Amino acid sequence: MEGGESMTTFKNFFATRWGIISVGAFIGVFAPLLQKWGNPANMGICVACFERDIAGTLGLHRAAVVQYMRPEIIGFVLGSLVAAYAFKEFRARAGSAPIVRFVLGAFAMIGALVFLGCPWRAMLRFAGGDGNAIFGLLGLIGGIWVGTLFLKGGYNLGRSQKTHTSVGWLLPLTMLGFLVLMFIFPQVQGQEKSGVLFYSQKGPGSIHAPLLVSLLIGLCIGFLAQRSRFCTMGAIRDFVLFRQTHLLSGVIALVVVAFITNLILGQFHPGFEKQPVAHTMSLWNFGGMVLAGLAFALAGGCPGRQLFLAGEGDGDAAVFVLGMIIGAGFAHNFGLASSPDGIGPNGIAAVVMGLGSCLFIGFTMRKEIA
Amino acid sequence: MSTIVDARGLSCPQPVILADRKIRELGKGVLEVLVDTETSKENISRLAQKTGWNVEVKKTEDHYCLVLRKE
Repeated sequence: MEGGESMTTFKNFFATRWGIISVGAFIGVFAPLLQKWGNPANMGICVACFERDIAGTLGLHRAAVVQYMRPEIIGFVLGSLVAAYAFKEFRARAGSAPIVRFVLGAFAMIGALVFLGCPWRAMLRFAGGDGNAIFGLLGLIGGIWVGTLFLKGGYNLGRSQKTHTSVGWLLPLTMLGFLVLMFIFPQVQGQEKSGVLFYSQKGPGSIHAPLLVSLLIGLCIGFLAQRSRFCTMGAIRDFVLFRQTHLLSGVIALVVVAFITNLILGQFHPGFEKQPVAHTMSLWNFGGMVLAGLAFALAGGCPGRQLFLAGEGDGDAAVFVLGMIIGAGFAHNFGLASSPDGIGPNGIAAVVMGLGSCLFIGFTMRKEIA
Repeated sequence: MSTIVDARGLSCPQPVILADRKIRELGKGVLEVLVDTETSKENISRLAQKTGWNVEVKKTEDHYCLVLRKE
């Protein structure tokens, strides 16, 4: 009797085990396909890299090789917005420690750029045969594990408040504005700048799938991820904290399906040396992701999840996203980001500072909630 | 008399942590959890069902009240 009644709480298919697995599998098919259709190798989707490219096209940093308005990111937010409205889940809320989320976003980006990828790309790199990703994934798990210790110790970001609908619309509107900018100032062959936007002539920023393909896949993933609450950080966190495998099954589906898709497309190249947009400094592949993982855990979501939350009206997640974009500016302006040659000149200092900042936040925000 | 956990306005995974703590503390009985997002509703329902609690969802204007029961 209980079983029958309890099932009524799961009207949303995507919130079921098979729902989250199908969403992970969807990403696992289309991320490698995006590579085949033009995105950089092992970078079909990388939230950190793509937000960094957006920071570049806007001129927030001048690293000439990573400047492009990635439509996937725009699609993630707008797809989530559409899903949230379609299922009456759009709920404007804000006010839960926004400055903390900004700082966590900035350091999450810096950590991710020391490794060269967000958790999504860490998995895609692994599924493409890049052995260096193993150290990144281990770092990610380590950082999240530290985050769960803070969560168990009472760490929290405080409550958000329900607010004006327009508050929840601001990040989606910003993304829409970015898309409009891209149409007003489209890429011109051989030109480094089109109107106000910078466009890479070489390097990963110059390698991309056709705009509409990227946008459409981004919209689909945004829609599905909003429905399923797909989160790479949450997958590991929930397993560590509660031994729950719900989100984890989606992430495993992503890795397995991406691996199979890469095999079929001839994109699986196992090894450590000369992997695309990657370096072999294992300690800092690990260390960068410890920082990113801890920052994601303290902020309550992986970079993808923060975009989906922002799409459904979460103004605090939106601040995290802005923190990541600004963090990318710092990462390249200050020589913190890695390159295939290895870590940047100030990368180590930034990881140490970032870890210190995260520990400060974790230790000082532990007031129990009444 | 039921115990109430107010997890409104809290982001992941706080609502689940608070509910989980209370579920362990009570062992059985009636527990009301207030949440305001679909995600928290699903997460707490999943946790409760896994631990053998029956879940009834009451929707009010701006939040959900999850009534968890275990004999």
